[in-house]
Amino acid sequence: MLGFVVFALVRWLPGPPPTYETWRAWMSSSGTAVAFAGFGAALLAHAWVGLRDVMMDYIASLALRVASLALLAAALLAIGAWMVVILGRAILG
Amino acid sequence: MAQTAHLDAEPAALAPQRRAKARPAFFDLLQIQLPVGAVTSILHRVSGVLLALAIPFGVFLLGLSLQGAHGYAEAAAVFGRWPVRVGLVAVIWALSHHLLAGLRHLLMDVDLGSRLRSARRSAWTVNLAAGALAILAGVVLL
Repeated sequence: MLGFVVFALVRWLPGPPPTYETWRAWMSSSGTAVAFAGFGAALLAHAWVGLRDVMMDYIASLALRVASLALLAAALLAIGAWMVVILGRAILG
Repeated sequence: MAQTAHLDAEPAALAPQRRAKARPAFFDLLQIQLPVGAVTSILHRVSGVLLALAIPFGVFLLGLSLQGAHGYAEAAAVFGRWPVRVGLVAVIWALSHHLLAGLRHLLMDVDLGSRLRSARRSAWTVNLAAGALAILAGVVLL
């Protein structure tokens, strides 16, 4: 994740992409797409570990904890699917 | 001392299983003093939750920016609004703190800087560096 953050900052911090075409060409180039896919997977896995720890620490009731963890897992999976759709559309058309 | 009275008394509000352990409860926030490492640690957690909450917004903006020239212009315009810029500064602080504190933890895991003196120094460094980056972001964006 740190690698992707540095990669994106080095590319775009000097000046944001001037046009939509520049931006889409960069996001859908194979190097960026692969790097972003890895970044997204690592991000969601890390969000799971971190938020799971927070919920395990602060939600005392077992039923409420299990429900919250299930909701979190569903939300993260949905966000993952959303990312796949966005990246897929950028690459394909 | 007034403080020891707190330690003996059990607040009735605590759940029964908590009361069974009879752990001392002392919640006077004005008197509790956290060591600097504890401040770094709790801010690591706070910044992590903040970053996690920012994920859906980031994914939404990414999707919008890739929807076409019109969507790209809309996504760019979102960053022109001041509440969004304030949020962006908060996210930049959270990312800075979370990254630096995370690296500090990783280094400690391989036994670098885990002695008290250097741990306190690195904790101060993380807290101040993240604050400095947030101020820099604030100056640029606000």
